[in-house]
Amino acid sequence: MELALSTQTDGDHSVVAARGEIDLYSAPGLRERLRGLVTDGVRHLTVDMNGVEFCDSTGLGVLVGTLKRLREVGGTLVIVCNQERILKIFRLTGLDQIFDIQDTASPAGS
Amino acid sequence: MPVVRVSFTPAPAHVRTVRLVAGAAAQQAGLKGEAVDEVRFAVGEACAQAVARHQRHGLRDRVRVECDSNGAGFTVRVSDRAPVDDAANSDPVAMALLSGLVSDLRMTSSADPPGTTVHLYFR
Repeated sequence: MELALSTQTDGDHSVVAARGEIDLYSAPGLRERLRGLVTDGVRHLTVDMNGVEFCDSTGLGVLVGTLKRLREVGGTLVIVCNQERILKIFRLTGLDQIFDIQDTASPAGS
Repeated sequence: MPVVRVSFTPAPAHVRTVRLVAGAAAQQAGLKGEAVDEVRFAVGEACAQAVARHQRHGLRDRVRVECDSNGAGFTVRVSDRAPVDDAANSDPVAMALLSGLVSDLRMTSSADPPGTTVHLYFR
C-alpha cells in the first residue's frame, strides 16, 4: 500500500496523518514533507501513525531526524499511535523512550 | 530444500513484494497472527538493509531471499553481494529491530565472492 500523507496546519502547529507503509521506498516522501514543514516555520509537529500498517528503520530514521531538527529550534514532536504492531517497533529500538507517543491526535491549533 | 526462493534487483519498491511473499510463506509454514507480522517486518528490514548496501556501492546484482520451513521453525536467509566491510556499517536501529523480531539472528560473510547473508530464525 502506498503512503498517503495529509497535513493540517494552524500557525506553528501541524498534524501530519500518515496512511499506508513507511519503508525504504516511501520514507523519502515523508522526510520531504516533514522537513518542508519545519523549514516553513512549524515548531510543533504531530505525526499521526494510526493509519500506518508498516514502518521500518528507514521510517524511524526520518522521525528521529525530524525530532532532532525540531529540538534545535525549540520545537516538539508528538507521535500518535495506538497500533500494537507499530508500537512494538518503537519499543524494540528503544525509541519509545525518546519520542512522546500518544494514543490520539489533538487538532492543529488546539 | 527452500520452500520459497526469490531474487530481486535492488530497488526499494521490490522490498514490499518480498515482504508479502515471506508473510505468505510463513503462513503456509503454520505461523499465525503476530508471528507472521514479525516475519514480514524482519524480512522487510533485512531486505531494506541489503538494498541500501547495494545502492551505496552502485551494485545491480540481485538480492536473494530463501524461506525454509522445518521441524525447528521457519528460517529466512537474505543474501547480498556488497563488500563484506560494509556489513559492519549496518544501521544500529535496524539491527536492534531485527534482533528483537526474530528468535535468533546470525550474519555470515564471504570475501570472495563478496557478500553477507543474514539468517533469520523464527520459532
